[in-house]
Amino acid sequence: MNTPESPADLVAAEDLLLFVNAAITATGQREFRSGAISQHLSLDFLHTYVRVNYRRVYAACLALDINDHNAARIVLGLLETAGEASTEERRAEGRLIAARLALLPPQRVYRLFGEVRRAGINNRRTRAILRDWLAARPDLGHDAVKYRSGVKTAARHVHLRCPEGPARMAEVGAFLFRPGKLPRYGHPLLDAWRRAHYEQGAVAELPFSVAEGFAARHGMKRAVFLERAAPRMTRLERLRTQEQRAVGDRRPDVDLAVMPLTRLALYVLALPFAQRAARRAELTGALRTAARRAAGGHAGSWGRVHAVLDDSFSSSGSGQKRRRPLAVALACHYLLEALAAPGAYRAVWTSGRGDALLVRPWGPTPLGMRVLDALEPGPGGAVPDRLVIVSDGWDNAPAGLAGEVLRVWRRRLDPGRRTAVVHVNPVYDSEGFDVRRLAAGVPTAGIRDAEDLPALVEIARFAEGRAGAAELHAYLDRRVARFLGAGVGAGVGAEVGDRGAVGDGRPGREAVS
Amino acid sequence: MNRLELTGLTTRPSQVWGGVRLVPLVREEPVAGLRLHREVYEGLGAGIVELDDRTHYVSYIPHGLVADWSGEGSDARDGGGQSAAYGTQFSGLEAARTVRLPRLAHHRTAKRRPGDRLRFLPLHLALEGYLALHFGGPSTAWEEWSRRALQAGLSPRAEDTYLGWSVRGLGDALRVFEIHPDQCGVMVYVSDALAAAFVVPHPEDYRLLHASLVEDLYGELVHQYGLYGAPVPEFGARIGGEEHIRTLAGLRAAALGQERAWAEAHDGLFARELLDSSYGFERVYRMGSFTLWRFLPPFVRDGSGQHIGETITDHKGRVAYLKTFRLSDPQIRRGHLLHTLAGADWELSRAAEALGATREELVRRIRAAGFSALLKGNV
Repeated sequence: MNTPESPADLVAAEDLLLFVNAAITATGQREFRSGAISQHLSLDFLHTYVRVNYRRVYAACLALDINDHNAARIVLGLLETAGEASTEERRAEGRLIAARLALLPPQRVYRLFGEVRRAGINNRRTRAILRDWLAARPDLGHDAVKYRSGVKTAARHVHLRCPEGPARMAEVGAFLFRPGKLPRYGHPLLDAWRRAHYEQGAVAELPFSVAEGFAARHGMKRAVFLERAAPRMTRLERLRTQEQRAVGDRRPDVDLAVMPLTRLALYVLALPFAQRAARRAELTGALRTAARRAAGGHAGSWGRVHAVLDDSFSSSGSGQKRRRPLAVALACHYLLEALAAPGAYRAVWTSGRGDALLVRPWGPTPLGMRVLDALEPGPGGAVPDRLVIVSDGWDNAPAGLAGEVLRVWRRRLDPGRRTAVVHVNPVYDSEGFDVRRLAAGVPTAGIRDAEDLPALVEIARFAEGRAGAAELHAYLDRRVARFLGAGVGAGVGAEVGDRGAVGDGRPGREAVS
Repeated sequence: MNRLELTGLTTRPSQVWGGVRLVPLVREEPVAGLRLHREVYEGLGAGIVELDDRTHYVSYIPHGLVADWSGEGSDARDGGGQSAAYGTQFSGLEAARTVRLPRLAHHRTAKRRPGDRLRFLPLHLALEGYLALHFGGPSTAWEEWSRRALQAGLSPRAEDTYLGWSVRGLGDALRVFEIHPDQCGVMVYVSDALAAAFVVPHPEDYRLLHASLVEDLYGELVHQYGLYGAPVPEFGARIGGEEHIRTLAGLRAAALGQERAWAEAHDGLFARELLDSSYGFERVYRMGSFTLWRFLPPFVRDGSGQHIGETITDHKGRVAYLKTFRLSDPQIRRGHLLHTLAGADWELSRAAEALGATREELVRRIRAAGFSALLKGNV
């Protein structure tokens, strides 16, 4: 597009990129270098700033791959300040909110309802949005058992009708608001919950997280309980309890390859070294399969890819985000391998170790030297087509060398931009209101799940300043249209096309089998 | 021997957090034949040290160090054999929480343990050396020497220090610091003033002792610098002369040059006051080919920082262990005064002459420094 852009447009585009980076990486939790409180304050400011100044764009962010924490915050922010929007804006927002709520894991939505209630938002529009979401739930009885207080709060807040009588809704109403009144329930889960108070056999019929509490009350042996509860666990619960359910060398057959890539990387990093080495073939196979699935249509299309992956001590994350940055780097390693042309991928870890499966967060970050290593041409003197750097942006041996190396290299050795450089950063820097950058000329994008990498590289293009503000807004409009077009009903479908992956890769998504 | 010899230790780029700069020191090869372990004491650091039969003092002692030159345990990974008994576990919480041990009175600051081991209290050797500086008094009795001093000895001196936790930013800086794989030491700068230097013989010892830096003692000056100092800038790498770089190899050479430039700048500029001063060394203990010393600075008043400390050197005089404490200006003044007095055989007129001051001025300075007990009432 050749329309001249005013400085205001450019500033707006920059603000938007800043916010998107924050909304992807920040979860208000402790990071390696900053505490939870500073994260909250920083994020609070960003949300208010963008909402007040660019309300339309703020709502449109719901269509991007931002994390659930920020999606819920945006929804709350929009509902809270509905008075500041015009009727038309409100309509567009309503559709975005409904589409996003359909994608969020239910526990998040129930928590959001609690916040809506605490904030005292109870207008007709909000009630309608909440009621529509509740009506779309496949089984409210299941929710009532699993998220009891959440459903209760929501039902009370939106004045949900649970008429007395024999209907299903009436039973849920009785379950929530008049416990102990009905001698038995027609709904199997509600009835199981009732019986589980005195009958151990009923415990295994309940959702895993609810059953855990009853099992503890009955004093059931953990191993026995896990064995019985296994069929009713969600996929992630199964992965989480896999090590506990292992008997000797025989592991219950959880199909690791169906797990989302970053989750799988976290699982691998939680295993001790000896186990990782012993199960090398199995784990590598699962990671490769997950990566191929995540790469989807992009597989093999990136040409010659070299990567610098950060496994310094700071990639250990924090107590709340344990090993998250390292897991993202590990997942990116396998994903990039799938994205690159066959045999044209090379990874350089900052510690200098070569075995990706045995990485651990340890040592300083000599990023500058590693970038130089990665820029070395591959076999046959072929220059890499892409250089991907996965790092938290802190470069300390010596500080700032990576930025200098990239700057001089771009200016003196690769002025024609043969090699595209992109830096993805899994850590939000609360002081800078953004993820940390390495150098001015290198586009940086925040990342939370490695699966989003192809989409993020697209956004990072705008951060480099080579694509203009108008293009950015066009991109945003396209994303919104696709997000809404695939619609509320088949909401996941839009994501599938987008990510080139099975859309259920999101954390916490329900997958009861 | 009058200098510190840090041969074998290489300076690596600093890591900055707020006002604290930590400079890692890396050894190519660990010092053979010496290991350090940590002993954790109960009672939140309050401890009594018996210096001899009649003298003891109370001080903050969170832990002791055990130097082991027996050569055992250096090959065993988990500190096998006997050395496992010596506090290789980091906190010893299990033992301390369940059994109430009687308050331990430490016998002497450096105490031989069974086997080739020596327990000493880090920084206490140095502090005791400083506190007792010339407090033996003059060798002959003289008229101004009070009767009380002759009969009961001098009243003890006390110095205030600050715990590492109360130096703002230090705890966080140590937490986010990324330890190098071969790291054997660290230099701690607060507001770019050298606060402490810490060196151990083996990287594994360092890894265990890294966090103990926050339990150490720091001078008043360091505390103030931490409290009022602004964040210090990173040493940012700058590749100059980029128009001459034509190949990747050239760029690599320029990048390596940046690392070298930092090491030179650090040793010549930042650590100069520590490495270029001449110290008075006093031998505390000899253990095989290693020697435990404590050292005192020359107490010259040129405004630069001065450090007391303790060190273990090998037979060539190279530092295997080092721990220093930065004195504040009043502390240096006191040391200077005591030095001059002792040099003048405790004769006030001669001392005043050496200082280029009048006798009255010297008396005023002695009183201001808190040494009135040295003077007779009518002076």
